Amino acid sequence: MDDALLYGRLQFAFTITYHYLFPQLTMGLALIIVIFKGLHLKTNKPLYNNAAKFWAKIFAINFGMGVVTGIPMEFQFGTNWAQFSERTGNIIGQTLAMEGMFSFFLESSFLGLFLFGEKLLGKKLHFLTAFLIFIGSWASGYLIIATHSWMQNPVGHEILANGKFVLKNFSDLFSNPWLLPSFFHNQMASLITTSFVIAGVGAFYMLNNKHTEYAHLFLKTAIITGVISTLSVAFPTGDLLAKQVALKQPVTLAAMEGLFDSEEGAPIVLIGQPNMKEQRLDNKIEVPKVLSFLTYQRWNAEIKGLNDFPKEEWPTNIPGLYYSYHIMVGLGTIFIGIMLLGLWFLWKKKLALQRWFLWVLLFSIPFPYIANTAGWYTSELGRQPYLVYGLLKTADGVSENVSSGNTLFTLLGFIGLYLVLGFIMLILAGKIVYAGPKSTLKSH
Amino acid sequence: MELTWYLILCFMFVMYIVLDGFDFGAGIIHLFFAKTEKEKKQVMRAIGPFWDGNEVWLVAAGGVLFASFPTLYASAFSGFYLPLIMILWLFIFRALGIEFTHLINHELWIKPWQKGFGISSLLLALFFGIAFGNIIRGVNLGGVENGMAQFKHKYSFFTPLWDGSFSPFAERPGVIDWFTITIGLVAVLTLTIHGANWIILKTEGEFVKKLQDKILPLWIALFVFIIISLIAFVTMKSFHKELFTQHPSMYLLPLLTFIGFIGMLLFRKSTKNWLGFASSTLFIISGIGSSVASLFPVVIPSTNTIVESLTIYNTSSETYGLKVGLIWWIIAFTLVLIYFTFVHKVYKGKLTEKHDHH
Ligand code: HDD
Ligand code: HEM
Ligand code: HEM
Repeated sequence: MDDALLYGRLQFAFTITYHYLFPQLTMGLALIIVIFKGLHLKTNKPLYNNAAKFWAKIFAINFGMGVVTGIPMEFQFGTNWAQFSERTGNIIGQTLAMEGMFSFFLESSFLGLFLFGEKLLGKKLHFLTAFLIFIGSWASGYLIIATHSWMQNPVGHEILANGKFVLKNFSDLFSNPWLLPSFFHNQMASLITTSFVIAGVGAFYMLNNKHTEYAHLFLKTAIITGVISTLSVAFPTGDLLAKQVALKQPVTLAAMEGLFDSEEGAPIVLIGQPNMKEQRLDNKIEVPKVLSFLTYQRWNAEIKGLNDFPKEEWPTNIPGLYYSYHIMVGLGTIFIGIMLLGLWFLWKKKLALQRWFLWVLLFSIPFPYIANTAGWYTSELGRQPYLVYGLLKTADGVSENVSSGNTLFTLLGFIGLYLVLGFIMLILAGKIVYAGPKSTLKSH
Repeated sequence: MELTWYLILCFMFVMYIVLDGFDFGAGIIHLFFAKTEKEKKQVMRAIGPFWDGNEVWLVAAGGVLFASFPTLYASAFSGFYLPLIMILWLFIFRALGIEFTHLINHELWIKPWQKGFGISSLLLALFFGIAFGNIIRGVNLGGVENGMAQFKHKYSFFTPLWDGSFSPFAERPGVIDWFTITIGLVAVLTLTIHGANWIILKTEGEFVKKLQDKILPLWIALFVFIIISLIAFVTMKSFHKELFTQHPSMYLLPLLTFIGFIGMLLFRKSTKNWLGFASSTLFIISGIGSSVASLFPVVIPSTNTIVESLTIYNTSSETYGLKVGLIWWIIAFTLVLIYFTFVHKVYKGKLTEKHDHH
């Protein structure tokens, strides 16, 4: 691969992976904050309002990081992927511009009011600002996923003789069958991250014996949202999304599952390492027939293996794709286990006594981030070698005029800058968590 | 259709410059004129609730550019690769300087963030001016060398940061030359005055008087740089008079620019604070308007004779996309107006210490 392309891809991968660390928490937190504000509106208990305020602080720094790392994303389509932008701008430009006009304006207008305007606004309007921020952040996710779904499963366009993609039918972009499964899967995955973060903070307070009234509230809320989100990420949303992949990108599905030869009654692989030389999985543990059933609802349905597809169509990094997918699904299964166990303890009112379980919750915080990233790598690696599936190769999308030296320079710049930012952000978040929410006993 | 979208785009970019412009100006004032903690707080108070919303105009304008003129977006963003990425880095510093400064109350934490905020605001104003200068001057489209285009696509170009001669008339002019630097300084001075006018409008006290006194020397410096840039501009080959000869009413634009310019001087101490802010706003809008009109319909002029300039007609999207785009844009814009009025209503009038959030 030519160097400029390689560095361009690395830069995109690095900056988007980093960017998405923040929205995945803010989208979920926006919902939780609305819930706390709503409870406060209903019961008038300061506990809920303080809880909302506490999470709003965490929200604010994550939002800030989301904004500053999001702007480079918007620009990079033009800077690094000029040919791609030129040829598909008529389509993906639409959805990206809509994101700016519909959601970023909404979020940024009301965020300041929400964070600092409680006294100026009064209770009802303040709830409304929280609600509008929630709408804005989910709309942002929706529009970006609409863009992404078009890249995975292009619809509603026509290709002109000069290679340009032009929009034929606007509403097709939004009735893309890939879009809704992907959107709800992604939002539920984001709620998983949020649930684990809130549960982790609750567990931390409980273990420390500090802020215990909040510890109870956080654990309870997080376990309820956690159970809902971990279950729905597998079924129905993960399942529906997998069916889209089977239908639109069968070769990607084969690679995700590590299936080299076509099989009737294909098994699902739990563990195993793809061996590209011998074209088989080493050390595998599998459950027979499950893959066929999950994909087609018939135990003996045939699933096509990689060898049934021309090699040029194979995803370029099969082991990477296979591991990403298995990390996501594997962690997803563990998450369900943790949350169901938590629900059991909650039900039995024994949660506060299970210190080992609180430790588990505390140390689980990083894993939903890993699962989310792995899921996105599954999508992105699965789409390679294409940028627009089946139609436009990644190599044909890169800016011809930006040399590898320039891209490497900016890539290193981003890495350095983002590492420092990450460090600062962790200090700040740690400080807020350590200080904790305002006690309801003391008046200020 | 192309014309409608071009006007929308110009409107959005100008909105961005007017709104985020006073944030840059406030940053520059924070760096040079706000000496005490109290004065620094006052600067931050004036922009605190607004800057994030202001920045969205840039993000949204970028998206609209992508959708309506994809070739222009691809051309300009890849061609100005290095300066653009550096602008992104500066944005990061500025945002964090505003949002993170107050999170830890220790001098060693606060000082660098404050400086970072001021310096990045200054550099951003300078870079945006330079970028604008580049567009007026034109670029080497197609990467022509010895009469041959080097790039496959006509819209491709790559501007180095500078070229040894620092002359706008070089064969392959760099991003920085004496002309673009002049425009950069015009931008810095204009936005400083504009920022001062905003702080004068939104806050009160001793510091406001101090700023009112600073406007005069800034204005004189601005006057000098404008004269230099005008002389350079008229000698530059990219200057088209077409639009002005066809539609003499276009001469209103430079006239309004002049009125705004004089207004900045006359109203600098007026008790009606909004007059000063209105003048700098008028100056920015019609100043950019006149320059853009003088290029029309060209958007990025070519400095060579092999590859033709990029115009709004040879870079636009297809009609169907532009048409549906217009429908949702109008809906979205109506909503934006509603939010905007609401936010500015809540924060209407002078912002005092009770509006501080830390
Ligand atoms: C906490 C994170 C998380 C968890 C536990 C899961 N996922 Fe996921 N998955 C994502 C987070 C994610 C994501 C947010 O990263 C992706 C990337 C694109 C998207 O829409 O969601 C994704 C994509 C994604 C795709 C699309 C791949 C492609 O586009 O080629 C499939 C088929 C699945 N997931 C299936 C599942 C299944 C069957 C799961 C069962 C447990 C599962 N995911 C758990
Ligand atoms: C936040 C979640 C996302 C992550 C973690 C992610 C990750 C990645 C990775 C790892 C690559 C590199 C693939 C490769 O080169 O082999 C990539 C490429 C790309 N992705 Fe995504 N992506 C995400 C979301 C999106 C979305 C929403 C879009 C579209 C709007 C998008 C557009 C692209 C484009 C244009 C490339 C081209 C560069 C390339 O192929 O290397 N990505 N992404
Ligand atoms: C290539 C893909 C992406 C681009 C170009 C992009 C662009 C941006 C930009 C420019 C911002 C700043 C908004 C502002 O100024 O207020 C932003 C923030 C945000 N992005 Fe992304 N983004 C991408 C991927 C994603 C993905 C995959 C998601 C989630 C589904 C997402 C969700 C958000 C959200 C919710 C925000 C609001 C800020 C926050 O809550 O942290 N983005 N994005």
